[in-house]
Amino acid sequence: MTAATIGAEQLGARTEPSQGKTTKGASRQSGSGAIWKIGTAVIVLYALFPVLWIASLSLKPAADVGDGKLIPANPTLENYQDIFTSGEFVRPLINSIGISLITTLIAVVVAAFAAYAIARLDFPGKTLLLSGALAIAMFPPVSIIGPLFNIWRATGLYDTWPGLILPYMTFALPLAIWTLAAFFREIPWDLEQAAQVDGATPYQAFRKVILPLALPGVFASAIIVFIFCWNDFLFAISLTSTEAARTVPAATAFFTASSNFINPTGQIAAAAIVVTVPIIIMVLIFQRRIVAGLTAGAVKG
Amino acid sequence: MAAITMRGITKRYPDGTEAVSNVDLDIADGEFVILVGPSGCGKSTLLRMIVGLEDISEGEMRIGDELVNDRAPKDRDLAMVFQNYALYPHLSVRENMAFPLRLAKVPDAEITQRVEEAAAVLELTENLDRKPANLSGGQRQRVAMGRAIVRDPKAFLFDEPLSNLDANLRVQMRTEIARIQKKYGTTTVYVTHDQTEAMTLADRVAVLRKGVVQQVDSPRNLYNSPVNLFVAGFIGSPSMNLVPGRLTGTSLALPFGTMELPSDVASRLGTEQAGERQVIVGIRPEHFEDSALVSDGDRSSGLVFPIRIDNIEWLGSELFAYLPYKGGEAIGQQLGKLAGDLDMEQSSGDESSIVARLDPTSQVQEGKEAEIWLDARRIHLFDPETGEALARPPRADQAGGAQPGAVRLD
Repeated sequence: MTAATIGAEQLGARTEPSQGKTTKGASRQSGSGAIWKIGTAVIVLYALFPVLWIASLSLKPAADVGDGKLIPANPTLENYQDIFTSGEFVRPLINSIGISLITTLIAVVVAAFAAYAIARLDFPGKTLLLSGALAIAMFPPVSIIGPLFNIWRATGLYDTWPGLILPYMTFALPLAIWTLAAFFREIPWDLEQAAQVDGATPYQAFRKVILPLALPGVFASAIIVFIFCWNDFLFAISLTSTEAARTVPAATAFFTASSNFINPTGQIAAAAIVVTVPIIIMVLIFQRRIVAGLTAGAVKG
Repeated sequence: MAAITMRGITKRYPDGTEAVSNVDLDIADGEFVILVGPSGCGKSTLLRMIVGLEDISEGEMRIGDELVNDRAPKDRDLAMVFQNYALYPHLSVRENMAFPLRLAKVPDAEITQRVEEAAAVLELTENLDRKPANLSGGQRQRVAMGRAIVRDPKAFLFDEPLSNLDANLRVQMRTEIARIQKKYGTTTVYVTHDQTEAMTLADRVAVLRKGVVQQVDSPRNLYNSPVNLFVAGFIGSPSMNLVPGRLTGTSLALPFGTMELPSDVASRLGTEQAGERQVIVGIRPEHFEDSALVSDGDRSSGLVFPIRIDNIEWLGSELFAYLPYKGGEAIGQQLGKLAGDLDMEQSSGDESSIVARLDPTSQVQEGKEAEIWLDARRIHLFDPETGEALARPPRADQAGGAQPGAVRLD
C-alpha cells in the first residue's frame, strides 16, 4: 500500500514537465495533452483508491465495517484510540522506527564507501562483487527463512533488534550500492582530481567534494532502504515472537478486537494509515533534497 | 615557484602504446611554457604527469630539486586549471577559492584576505557569494584561476583552459592569463591545441607529435626556423605552403618557375646536401606579393611568375589569393601523412593550390592571370624522405633551449 502511494506521487511529479511541454506546443499536440491527463487520472485513481478505502475503514465503528460504503456513516476515531491505548501497537511502532532507522543508517554508510570504490576503482573481482550483490538482492528470502530461524534460535539473535537489522542489511545493501554507484558515476571525475591537486587526501576529496554532490543519491537510497525495512513482513513475522522486536506489519496480524467474535478490521486499517504517514513525511522531506541538477555548473557542457 | 625538469619522461600503457615518449624538457623558474600539438599528441598526458594525476612509466620528473615521480598530487604543490574548470558546485565562489587553503589549514583571517585579494585581481569581488552554476563561462574560468592563484603554488598548470569559451571571451581571457602570469611570475605550463594561444602567450613553445617533442623554442624561432615539416605545417595560420621542388646545384625548380637559391641558403646547404635532389619547399603565405607592389630591389631577390588567380578573400587588412598549380602530386604521399596528423584537408586530384597573403591594395582579380612575386630569402627547404629541414635559417637567439628534433617523419 505504501509503495503504491509513493508510485503515484512519483508519477504525478513525472507527468508535470510533459504537461508543460504540451501547453507550450498546444496547437501541435492538443490531443496528446488530453490523453496524458486522462491517463494520469486513471493511474492515480487506481493507485490511491485502496488507500482511500483503508482510510474509510479506519474511521468506521466495528459495526459498520461491512456496510460497503466509501463514506463512513458514523465517522469515529475510536479505532485510533484503541490501537494507541491497547499497547499492542505502540511498542511495535517503536521497534519499526528503531530497526528501520538503524538499518538505513548503517546500510547507507557502508554502501556509500562500497559504491565509491566500485564507481572509481578498477579492482579484481569488481564484476563479481556487483553481480553477487545483485544476486543477493534477487534471492527469494522465503527460501532462507527456515535455516535462518534455526540459526537465530541457536545464536540468540531470535526476537532481538539485531536479529532483524542483520537480514535487512543483507537485502538492503545491494539496493543501496547499486543506486549509489549510479550516482557516483555521474559526478565528474575532474572534481575529485581537482580536489587532489588542491591538496586533498583521497578521503578528504570523498568527504568534502564527492559526498556532498552525491547527497541526492544518498537520500534516494536511504528512502529505498527505509521503505524496504518498514514494509517487510516475512522476516518480521518469522524471526520475532514477542513485542521485544516485533514490528508493525507483523504486529497487526496479532491484533485482537474487544470481543473474540469480531475481526479487528478497523484497528488494522487505523494501524495501516498510521504506518503510512512516516513514509509520506519522509518522501516529502527528502523530495526537496532529491533535486536534479545539483551538479549543474560544476563543469561546462 | 620552481623550475620543472623532465628527463626521459615516458608514458606507456599496459597494451604497449606510448602516449608520451622520452620527453626531455627544462622549464625555468618563472617561465611560461606551452605544450602544443594536434589532438592525441600526448600533451595533456604530459601535463597530467607533471601534476601527478598520471603515473610516470619511465624517466625523472623534478620540481625544484625534488624528485616527484612517486608523490601524490597533493604533495607536489602545483595548481591546475582544468579544461572544464572543475569547480565545486556545492560551494560558493569564495569557498571554491578557499578550498585549497582550508585543506592546508591556513588561519581563517588569512584565507579571507587572500581570497579577497585574488578576487580583486580577477574582478570577482561581487560574485564571491554566488554558486558556480550562476556564473557565466568567463567568470567560472576566473574562479578556476582564482583557486590556483590563492595558494601561491610552485607552478600553474593549465589544461586547455580557454577551449570552452566563445571566440571573443577567449581573446579576453588570453590577455588576462598573460597579465596574471606576469603579475605573479609563477612558472606556468599550459596545454593547448590552438597555435594562436601558443604563439601569443608563451615564452617558449614545445610542439608535440605522437608523444614526441619535435621542437622547443620561442614562438618567433618556431615560426622562422622550424626543424621539420610537421612544425612548419603546424605553426602559422594559414599554414605554410608546401610545394615540390627540384634542386640542381644552387638552382631550385618550382612548379611555377625556376630560381637561384639566395647565397646564404646555398652556403648553409653546403656541398654534401647539394647536388641534384628532390626537396619540399615551404613558403609562408605572406612571403608572396603582388609583383606590381614590390620595389625593384626586392624583386631581384625573388622569383616573379605569372599565375592564374582562382579565388580571392579580401578581409580589409589583408587579402588571401588562392593560386592553383600543377605538379603537386610529386610530394603527395609525404604531405598526406602530415595532413592526417594535422587534421588538415588535403587537396585531391592533380591540381594543388597555394595560399598567398597579398597587400589589400593589390589589384589582382579572380580568374585572371597575375604576376606574383615570391621572396626567395624566406623559403624553407625540407627533405622529402625524413621531413627534416635543410639549411635551416639561423635562429634569432642561439642561447635558447632548443632541442634537436631527432624525428623522422615516418
